Formats: sequence, structure tokens, C-alpha cells
Amino acid sequence: MKIQLRDITMRFDNVTAVDRLNVTIEEGTLVSLLGPSGCGKSTTLFMLAGLYQPTEGELYFGERLVNKVEPENREIGMVFQNYALYPHLTVLKNIMFPLKMAKVPKKEAEERAREMAALVQIDHLLDRKPSQLSGGQQQRVAIARALVKKPKLLLLDEPLSNLDARLRLEMREEIRRIQQEVGITTIFVTHDQEEAMSISDKVLLMKDGKGQQFSPPQDMYDYPENQFVAQFMGNPPINLLSVKLGNDLQTIVLPDTEDTYQLDSLVKSYVDSNSKLELGVRPEDFYIESDLAKAGITVEVMMVERIGRDNLLYARLGQTNLRAIVSPDVKVNQGERVKLAIRPGRTHLFDRSNGQNLLH
Amino acid sequence: MQKEALSKGFIYLLLILGSLLMLLPFIWMISTSLKAANEVMIMPPKWIPTDIQWGNYIKAWFSAPFAVYSVNSVIVLIASTIGELITTILAAYAFSRINFYGRDIIFSILLGTMMVPGEVLLIPNFVTLSNLGWIDHYQALIVPWLASVFSIFLLRQFFLSIPKELSFAAKIDGCSDFRFLWSVMVPLAKPALITIAILKAIGSWNAFMWPLIVTSSENMRTLPVGLIAFSTDTGTKYELLMAASSMIILPMIILYIVLQKYIIEGVARAGIKG
Repeated sequence: MKIQLRDITMRFDNVTAVDRLNVTIEEGTLVSLLGPSGCGKSTTLFMLAGLYQPTEGELYFGERLVNKVEPENREIGMVFQNYALYPHLTVLKNIMFPLKMAKVPKKEAEERAREMAALVQIDHLLDRKPSQLSGGQQQRVAIARALVKKPKLLLLDEPLSNLDARLRLEMREEIRRIQQEVGITTIFVTHDQEEAMSISDKVLLMKDGKGQQFSPPQDMYDYPENQFVAQFMGNPPINLLSVKLGNDLQTIVLPDTEDTYQLDSLVKSYVDSNSKLELGVRPEDFYIESDLAKAGITVEVMMVERIGRDNLLYARLGQTNLRAIVSPDVKVNQGERVKLAIRPGRTHLFDRSNGQNLLH
Repeated sequence: MQKEALSKGFIYLLLILGSLLMLLPFIWMISTSLKAANEVMIMPPKWIPTDIQWGNYIKAWFSAPFAVYSVNSVIVLIASTIGELITTILAAYAFSRINFYGRDIIFSILLGTMMVPGEVLLIPNFVTLSNLGWIDHYQALIVPWLASVFSIFLLRQFFLSIPKELSFAAKIDGCSDFRFLWSVMVPLAKPALITIAILKAIGSWNAFMWPLIVTSSENMRTLPVGLIAFSTDTGTKYELLMAASSMIILPMIILYIVLQKYIIEGVARAGIKG
């Protein structure tokens, strides 16, 4: 089912939790709602579920306007952060519950519940109570219960946050597998960027109730539309340097040292040479340039940390600290000055006043 | 090691003394109920009767229409317990899950009424019921006890501890408020509901003052009121009174023993994380 949010706004008393959100979600895709806590992602999910009524805007499921449609008539399934299984019912009864409410004949309901249990691989646990299951198993039951009515939209509210790290990875893959097997449009709320990157077809990043960027995860990482997106995605985080732009709109003046660096493309829009800009470079987009004749940023090495395959270099340019992930083949020592070059096409330039990316 | 055993022994000694203190009146009651009339008041008191008088029980049962009283007591107990459970469940759900104007103020006022001693209400309640023409009818014994603020409070607290997500999930599953209350909340609240029912049953079974005031005819009286039969102008027949009392408390003791595991049983928090 195709989902459209048009100018969706949600206000609680004086607080605007979601501010004019416009998103179109294509049928059969898995979309993550990502953002820091309090950004409105869960509120958005609850509006999609029909548990909250949007204050303004229109919500379409397919061609149908669903603003006023009750949750049970929206053809949705939902998995909650705490799973919200009925503690007094067995696994089988839990999965059958939505069908029982829909007055599906008992025999058929049981058959469908068993089918669903097999899909999420808990068919050997049907007689247990939720308290006798591990977190991952409870999670699977919750997914089976959400899917048993054959909904057109599956909503997942931080479903992995109560699991330990190993199980989280496993369930992440499971959710992806089940979603693709069923082919259901799925919306997944998370605050974990790595989770969103790995699982989704598209990510909607939100901040303060506003949509920041809606794009495939790799695009979001490579071409952030604004500084917030660039900073939110990536670990270790992107390096930001306060810079000025020369009159030719291509030369960058670095802080403190007044060194210059040539951008490989022109800025998109005209920028006053006085305006304050931020140069953004991801740690892995730096490399050490040993050819002194070539362009680069000369920095002082503060510390070198070996992290698995790579070296994490802590460096300093004037007053600004930088992090770079570099190949361990090049030996660098503390206190040494090295030249860091930037991989082509990997520089980002943000206007500090509004955060807009001026290059992409 | 030795010290630990010593302190443990001391604790047990205290517990034994405490429970003896609680049990003594019961033991005395049973002992008296088995004595001959001339042995009841002798000094020094005798714990074990010289000649065990099982006949006291038969005599006591037939000295007043206890069969009628029992039926009345059972009717009142069942009606008021079921009635109170229904009002409590509905009120607790409303006060915990439904947002309506003035909810918290109404709830505070309700809690405030718990401060009013029951005796103060005897006369106003009597006047109300007498205006309704209910005196000496079952309604008078049942209706004033169909709701209890304490039970509502108890159950509301329990309902509040059940995560909201459960009701959201039920809503998405197509479950109405009422259906959710009966098929999810009530089963989950079983321990709390059994506690409420037992407290109510014991209170109703032992009630004396109110049934005494609102009933006048023999065939409307309840068991505790029936015990008056043994106190006459010529004195009290203690051995019979105690025999009757022992019979009356027996059902409550059995009820308590059967259901006590539910009272103590922790609340099942299964399936809910976070």
C-alpha cells in the first residue's frame, strides 16, 4: 500500500511534535523513521496507526484518506517497543487474538496463526506463555501477531531496542527477511542510524518534528542535504571546520592557519564571501598525502589509535580537532605534521546560518 | 555461625509467641464450645474440657433458625461481592484509562470519603432506606455495600501498572474498550480481584451492626445477628454461643485457605518489557 503524508502536523497543547511532514512511501518498501529522541518519529508512527489524530494535514493509504479511520479499520499491524503481548494468553492465542476479534472462524484462525508462527520460526513454542520466552522470541510472537491479519502496512516502534547486541543483529536480518517474504510496506522507527542504514530502502531523518531528508540510506550518508543530516549519520562523526570562501567561489580558507584548499566543484548557489561556512569531511574520506606538491590540509598528529583494520588519527588544525581513518600502512607518529587530502567528491560545505549543503 | 542460629531461634520464638497470641481467642472459643455449661466459668480456667460435649453444636444449631440465617448470609455475600466486583472493575477502568473532564477531582473526592467513619453513615443510610421502604428486605442488606472506594483505589492502582501499549495493541487488533477490559485487563487483574472479593466476603459474612439495624423479622436476619439468640435475660449460654460462632467462621477460614495463594501471588508481568 502506498502511504502519503501531506503537511502532517501534530500539536500537543503548545508543543508541536510533528511539523508539516510531507512524505510518500512506495508500496512494498521498508522505510525507517530516524532521529534523536523527541524528534517526533514515534508520534508520526502513532498517527499512521491511528492512535493519534493529526492536528493538520492529510494522511492517505493508497487513495483513501484515513485521518478519521479507526486503527482496526486501517489494515495495519503494529509491533511495540515492549512487544505488548497479552501475558495471560499462550503464544498461539496471542497470535489468534486479532483474528478472533475479526470473527474469523476458530479453525481457520488457528490454521493462519500456525502458518504465521512458522514464518517467524516459533512454531515449536505455541503452548508457552510470553513470560516463558526470551526477548527475541517475544519479538517474533509480536511480529506474527501483527502480520496474521494480513495487513497492508506494518509499523514497528523501536522493536530492537530491548534486545542485546547480538540478538539485535539477528532480529534485524529477520525483520528484513520477513518483510521481503511477505512483501509488506513497512515503517520502522529507530534512533540507531546503523540500524536504519542496514535495514531500510529509504530513511526519513527527522529533527524537532521536521523532516530533514528522505532518501536511500547511502545517499543520505554520501549527500546530506544539511549539516544536521551530515552530523547525525556516521560514526565516528563527520569533521567540521569553520571556513571562509574565496572570491572565486572555489577556494576555501581554513581556520587559524589561513591555508587554502581548492574545492573540486563550484558551490550551487551564490555565497557572500563573508558568510560563515562549515567544511565537512567524513573521517574515512581523508587519506595521507605524501606527495608534498599535491593539495591537502596540513595538520599536527595528536594521537594514533589502532582500531581493527584501520588507524584512527586524532589531529589538530589550529584550534580544531579532526579525526581521520587512515590506512595503517603509512606510519605516523605523535607530534608529526602530515598532509591530509580529501577523496574527490567527498567534501561538503554547509552554510552555517541555515545548515544547507552548498555543494550537493 | 552459632550467632546466626541464635538470632534465628530468637526470631522464631517471637513469631511463635505472636501467632499464639493471635490463635489464643480461637483456641479458647473452640475449647469453650466443647465444655459442659458448669465448666465454662470455673477458676482456674480449663483448656481441655473434662467431658467433650459435641452435643453443644447440635443444640446450638437448633436453638435458632440458623438454616434461614445461613441462606440469608449466603445470598447477601454472593450478591454484594459480585456487585462490588462489577462496580469496582468499571470504576477502576474509568479512573485509570478513560480521559474525562474532572476525573482526578472526582477521584480525590471519592478517596476523601474513606476518611468518614462508617458509624457516621448508619443513621443517614437508615433514613434513606426507610424512605425507600427497603427496611427488612434483602435490598437493605445488599445495596449499600455494592461499591467500595477502597477496592476501586486498589484496582485502579493495579490497572495503572498495566502498560498503555497493551491497550494500543488491542485497539489495533480490533478490540473495543469493553472487550479489552473483560478479555485482557480483568484476567490480568485476577490476583487483585480475588483479594478484593475475599476482603468483601469476609466483611459481608461478619457484618453485625448494619444487618441488626435494618432487619427486624426473624427470616431476614443473617448469621452474626442470629448469635444474639444465646444472650437472654437470664444470662448468656457461652458454650452454645461459642459452638455457633465456631460453625459460622468455618466457611471463611476455608475460603481463605483455598484462595490465599492468589492473595500472596505476585502479579504476573509476563510479556511486558521496559
